[in-house]
Amino acid sequence: MTTHPPSPPTGLVLPSYERPRGLHPPLDSPGYRSTALRAPRQPLQLIPQGLTEITGPLLGEGRVAPADADLTTQHAGEPLGERIILTGRVMDSDGRAIPDTLVEIWQANASGRYQHQVDNHPAPLDPNFSGAGRCLTDSEGRYRFVTIKPGAYPWRNHPNAWRPAHIHFSLLGRAFTQRLVTQMYFPGDPLFEYDPIFNSIPDPKARERLISRFDINLTEPDWALGYEWDIVLRGSAATVFEDQPAAGKQAGR
Amino acid sequence: MTGLPLTPSQTVGPFLAIALPWPDGPAVVPADTPGAITITGRLLDGEGLPIPDGLIETWQADPDGRFDHPDDPRGAVKYGGGFRAYGRCPTGPDGSYHIVTLRPGALPSPDGGREAPHLDVTVFARGLLDRVVTRIYFADEAQANAEDPVLSAVADPARRDTLVATAVPGDSSRFQFDIRLQGEHETVFFDV
Repeated sequence: MTTHPPSPPTGLVLPSYERPRGLHPPLDSPGYRSTALRAPRQPLQLIPQGLTEITGPLLGEGRVAPADADLTTQHAGEPLGERIILTGRVMDSDGRAIPDTLVEIWQANASGRYQHQVDNHPAPLDPNFSGAGRCLTDSEGRYRFVTIKPGAYPWRNHPNAWRPAHIHFSLLGRAFTQRLVTQMYFPGDPLFEYDPIFNSIPDPKARERLISRFDINLTEPDWALGYEWDIVLRGSAATVFEDQPAAGKQAGR
Repeated sequence: MTGLPLTPSQTVGPFLAIALPWPDGPAVVPADTPGAITITGRLLDGEGLPIPDGLIETWQADPDGRFDHPDDPRGAVKYGGGFRAYGRCPTGPDGSYHIVTLRPGALPSPDGGREAPHLDVTVFARGLLDRVVTRIYFADEAQANAEDPVLSAVADPARRDTLVATAVPGDSSRFQFDIRLQGEHETVFFDV
């Protein structure tokens, strides 16, 4: 963030992060049954963004090895499935890159089965696929993974319920306010219209922002299909600390 | 509105354990650090049943009330001793989590007052389509808590108590902080 001077003459200057309204799924989304006993019933209490909220973990290279970004080389053999390259940029809403930030992913294998004890979908596990990866974004905010395209899988939310193929993403950003966990989908999935999780996002245009884009230019000949997906985290404006009202203030963009 | 549209949230789902737990996740400091405390608690649903597939994350100031972060206008300060300020713990079959850390210091607050020592907390779980955020305060900071602008803004004292970790009797290094997503004693969650 370059919008505030290191030594302000009066008061403390710190970023004020925008507060998205109507963007994220409502916590109480009855179509997704697991929300029934887990969504808080009381309204969220608005609090000002103080020092704890505008800072956050900046975890460096010690947490990530270069090999962590290739989910196809974590075992003795290669996983089955359609090999893909998945890349994109992590930015804030002003288009500023978020460099050196941790991106963690997890996913089902090509058959739609997770390497997890509570997944009892009768599809085969793949001994050559664990389904977890991580990397840090580069100086331009770019991440890049090599993996296989996950399969769709059934779940018990409602009769004949199937999740569209997706990859889970976890992002730390650079401030507590920017923390985001979401899912990335693949273009043209016939299951979108039936999925209560995808459709829990109120704005159809916002849903589409979770769908990656096939890119022939990212596709490596005779090797792997390329998909691109950018992630946009909350942006910030500089505000003078002492002037910020206790009730909190919108960043205004 | 000049900016790029934001990426929406989706649930962490039931399989976060594949990727998100770190071996040292709950250790904000090494357990043998002098002055280290352990915060334990359970994540519970609207029927009071444990949530075994959640993830608790904490973020906090160091004991001097400073952050190792360039956006703190007082300057970034590295505390040392392996203090990471950030903790992460998946919940167990009984909904339990634990975080080993140092007690945070007080902070200057946006309204010109002071914020009592606290940890910011993020909860992820299957069934939560977006994270929920709360705070952990400490019961033995009564004076500071009484002046804290965030706690004071919670009108109902009984609800305010959901934000305060209680000391475990007979062990000054242990605190208890349960998180109830729903129900009679629902924890206060924040819009940050």
